[in-house]
Amino acid sequence: MLKVEGINVYYGNIHAIKEISFEVKQGEIVTLIGANGAGKSTILNTISGLYHSKTGQIQFEGRPIGHLPPHKVLSLGLAQVPEGRRIFARMSVEENLEMGGYTRPGAELAASLEDVYHRFPRLAERRRQIAGTLSGGEQQMLAMGRALMAKPSLLMLDEPSMGLAPLLVEQIIEIIRELHAAGTTILLVEQNAQMALSVADRAYVLETGKIVMEGPAAALLEDDKVRQAYLGE
Amino acid sequence: MNQTKGKTIPMPVRYLINTVLIALLVFGSTAYVNGGGVSGYVTKVLMVIGINIILAVSLNVATGYLGQLPLGHAGFMAVGAYTGGIFLKAVNAAEASGAQYLLMVAAALLLSGLVAAVFGIVIGIPALRLRGDYLAIITLGFGEIIRVVLTNIDEVLGFKLTYGASGLKRIPKITSYGNVLVCVVLTCLVIHLVMKSRHGRAILAIRENEIAAESCGVRTTYYKVMAFTLSAFFAGVAGCLYAGYLGSLQPTTFGFMKSIEILVMVVLGGMGSMLGSILSAITLTALPEVLRAFEDYRMVAYSLVLVLVMIFKPTGLMGQYDFSMSRILERVWGFFDRSKRKEG
Repeated sequence: MLKVEGINVYYGNIHAIKEISFEVKQGEIVTLIGANGAGKSTILNTISGLYHSKTGQIQFEGRPIGHLPPHKVLSLGLAQVPEGRRIFARMSVEENLEMGGYTRPGAELAASLEDVYHRFPRLAERRRQIAGTLSGGEQQMLAMGRALMAKPSLLMLDEPSMGLAPLLVEQIIEIIRELHAAGTTILLVEQNAQMALSVADRAYVLETGKIVMEGPAAALLEDDKVRQAYLGE
Repeated sequence: MNQTKGKTIPMPVRYLINTVLIALLVFGSTAYVNGGGVSGYVTKVLMVIGINIILAVSLNVATGYLGQLPLGHAGFMAVGAYTGGIFLKAVNAAEASGAQYLLMVAAALLLSGLVAAVFGIVIGIPALRLRGDYLAIITLGFGEIIRVVLTNIDEVLGFKLTYGASGLKRIPKITSYGNVLVCVVLTCLVIHLVMKSRHGRAILAIRENEIAAESCGVRTTYYKVMAFTLSAFFAGVAGCLYAGYLGSLQPTTFGFMKSIEILVMVVLGGMGSMLGSILSAITLTALPEVLRAFEDYRMVAYSLVLVLVMIFKPTGLMGQYDFSMSRILERVWGFFDRSKRKEG
């Protein structure tokens, strides 16, 4: 479904991601794990069209998308929940969600809005509340709901567990499972390797801009090197 | 909008109420002013207030709604003023009358706005790649360039157009209380409608969080330039009214301090509040007139007021609050409903 081949991104002189290639198949949950600064978010942002790679290519459902601007990528069905949630703090919950459906015709939005409220009842309770006053977990739900408003076939989550209490991380995992069960393919980027590997089908391990390991999530969870480096053993 | 409060006024009725009220205001006050209800001096102050309202409300689009800090608003005003002035002289509006005259005035206003908007696009595309201080500096530079060019160039390809430092003189005085008021109403209406549309929502989203807006599929560069251009357009219209009000133009009028003056109005009123911009434009134009005796201290007072507002109300006097006639009516009706139920 999504195929990334040999992309390189530079920030000035810094070679942030080096010859990255990976693949996400229809119906999978794939995770990219790695420490701070490994280049995880850069990869997502490149797929979203926020950055462009001069080499290699990115294919989504067989179409090259590496050169497209973000709004075109989104309208193909590839939505991103940005790192650190980045909700529109001074808008209401409902306005945030409506922004998520920005690229779609207005007539279709009411149904999607109901879907999102159905999935996140907490957001429905707070639809008129100013988004900046929500708790961290609620803001994460809002960010996810906002991305879902675009009706993506592939949802990219950038560190959804960031800054959340363990109990809330559990909830987020549950939501990711539900979304997956409902037919959304998921690309999850995480520092929290334990969480990511417990929910994913396959995983790629990133170190300073390079993929150093890949395989089924369950196998990586048992791997000695991964356990030492990322799971604190 | 608000489902919990019971009674809401349907959209067509809202528009009808607002249209009637605005029409009453425009015709009523124009008839009063033209009928000699106020002195010539007061009429002139009212016209300047109107022009300043247009300037403040238009700058508010770029500062309040888009969240950028351009310092070259006087530059766009200058472009509009000179365009309007040259056009009015060229078509000899002073000698026209009736429908022809109205057409010329409308054309001058529109043309001034459009030329300023073109400058807005040309400046906006490179300038909006920068943020914060850098954007402020580049737009400040642009404003100064306009002023310096107008001061030093008096002939273009053999045509005497701007008359350089000696100023553009004998511009037909087309500006009246009535057409200023109509322009104020149209400016507020257009900006209000744009901001209520999905384009407006996109502009607000960019202010709230540019990366998130981009990930929602908002074309950020496009909307930033669009908001900037809209802002420049109305600055140009205000410039044209200013030219038609004074009858002569000096490049020095459109210096850096003019931009700051407009910015002060927006910041004082509350960035992102149209009502705030309008109120502070009125206050800051009327106050110096009232306090004519203390004119020397005006700039000191300006800075003092700004410092005080920033300390005690950093979001400006009105914050983000905006006025809605329907909301007030709904509240009044709600109040009557409740008291009726109490009686019954």
